[in-house]
Amino acid sequence: MTTLPTSTQKKLGLVIDLDTCVGCHACVVSCKGWNTENYGAPLSDQDPYGAVPSGTFLNRVHSYEVQPEQGQAALVHFPKSCLHCEDAPCVTVCPTGASYKRVEDGIVLVNESDCIGCGLCAWACPYGAREMDAEEKVMKKCTLCVDRIYNENLPEVDRVPACVRTCPAGARHFGDFADPESNVSILTAERGGMDLMPEQGTKPVNKYLPPRERDRSEDVDILAPFLDPVASEPKGFMGWLDKALSTMPGGQ
Amino acid sequence: MHPAPSVIIFSTMSGIGFGLLVWLGLGHPGVTGFSAFVFFVVAYLLAVGGLIASATHLGHPERALKAFTQWRSSWLSREGICAVAALIVMAIYGMGLVFFGSRWGFIGLIGAVLSLGTVFTTAMIYTQLKTVPRWNHYTTPAMFLAFCVSGGALLAGQWSEAFWLLLLTAALQVLVWVRGDTALAQSGTNLATATGLGNMGGVRPFEAPHTGPNYLLREFAFQIGRKHAQTLRIIAFVLAFVLPLLIILLPFNHFLAGVAVISHIAGVFASRWLFFAQAEHVVGLYYGARSV
Repeated sequence: MTTLPTSTQKKLGLVIDLDTCVGCHACVVSCKGWNTENYGAPLSDQDPYGAVPSGTFLNRVHSYEVQPEQGQAALVHFPKSCLHCEDAPCVTVCPTGASYKRVEDGIVLVNESDCIGCGLCAWACPYGAREMDAEEKVMKKCTLCVDRIYNENLPEVDRVPACVRTCPAGARHFGDFADPESNVSILTAERGGMDLMPEQGTKPVNKYLPPRERDRSEDVDILAPFLDPVASEPKGFMGWLDKALSTMPGGQ
Repeated sequence: MHPAPSVIIFSTMSGIGFGLLVWLGLGHPGVTGFSAFVFFVVAYLLAVGGLIASATHLGHPERALKAFTQWRSSWLSREGICAVAALIVMAIYGMGLVFFGSRWGFIGLIGAVLSLGTVFTTAMIYTQLKTVPRWNHYTTPAMFLAFCVSGGALLAGQWSEAFWLLLLTAALQVLVWVRGDTALAQSGTNLATATGLGNMGGVRPFEAPHTGPNYLLREFAFQIGRKHAQTLRIIAFVLAFVLPLLIILLPFNHFLAGVAVISHIAGVFASRWLFFAQAEHVVGLYYGARSV
């Protein structure tokens, strides 16, 4: 059913820390690895070793340069995947009921056996979170690793989305936003977690933590005193040597 | 947006086909027998031909029946239902005209309303998308409906109505173009809101997530040069409106009437191509498209 639930029991989602992300794309690779051999159709590649390779990915990392009015530019790595919006426009446009948002945990999923591959859900998503698989001709999107997070065959430490498990910088956090005491709720509150394109009215569940303010040059002067000349006016033996050398040809 | 031929052929042909059905349903021209048969064949070829063209753009057309289930939320589902209902009702109405020589006016009226409804629901598929500010406006369904009834009037040989409707459609077309050109800038969505980094400073794409193309770039990042767009707009405007209007003003002649119809359809094709090709999807912002 493509009408949205009025509320969901849980609001599972991610917190992505733009301050910590180092832009290594490990989450992109682990996402593709897990999701190509688990839930639903594989994530195909076209011409993978040829001149123009292209493929389906559920998570991609952009990089942006931010230039403040004063001071140095900052480089921000920006991972982007489905935000599992509360008011998901991709769900309501679906003509077949293939797209849906789960009442129990708020995950937005595609029932691939109902998908006619019309592409309208991807048109409705402002974030580019959905990609039509060129091989299977069905819409693929982040499942929040629904086949990991409840999977009792996995060790407990692995019951998080593949991107979160793999991130070497700890820039991705998984949890329940409906619980104000959860790790993700606390992080969002403490660090001022923000929505992407709030004006689109999608109410994303996933939050992004803005980069922390950078140290300014006058604040990092701890080592500077050690770089000052040790003796500006040489005395004693060094003073005699300085004078003697200055009288030699080429000295001054 | 990628101007997919299937969708452009669909919306142009179906629009004019359903437009002709609207006029036939209202009894203009009041034809019966063989001439009614010819009119209905033309209308159905255009309307159904367009629908078949649109089905070719589906990844899994064999599951298309499922698309009739979600009318409560989906404009695409409503469009499918409206189109099938219009074609069935108009077939019953046409049967009366062709085989019984009698005009069942009430059925014709319902068929005309459903035909208009089909074009309206088609337009709403685009209008509902906040992600494409150029489309997300009431002028989109207004323009689709105006093209539908003016093209239909031209095809139905309703010269005097066609004249005024073409003038109205031409005015709407200019309005849509002028408003559309600033729609993205006025929508408030830009790279700063897309990344949430706007209050740190000016945001500029540094490195793309992938070096090759992908679905998003193929589907949403299509861009045409401003110069080509202006030339195409002039061609579309002359073919769709100026030439047919001039022909209407001349004394009636069957050959020229055919030229007017063909010219109009070619103009609508050009206009519809621009409708897609010039539409800016906000996901392009992430890739640095149209950044200001």
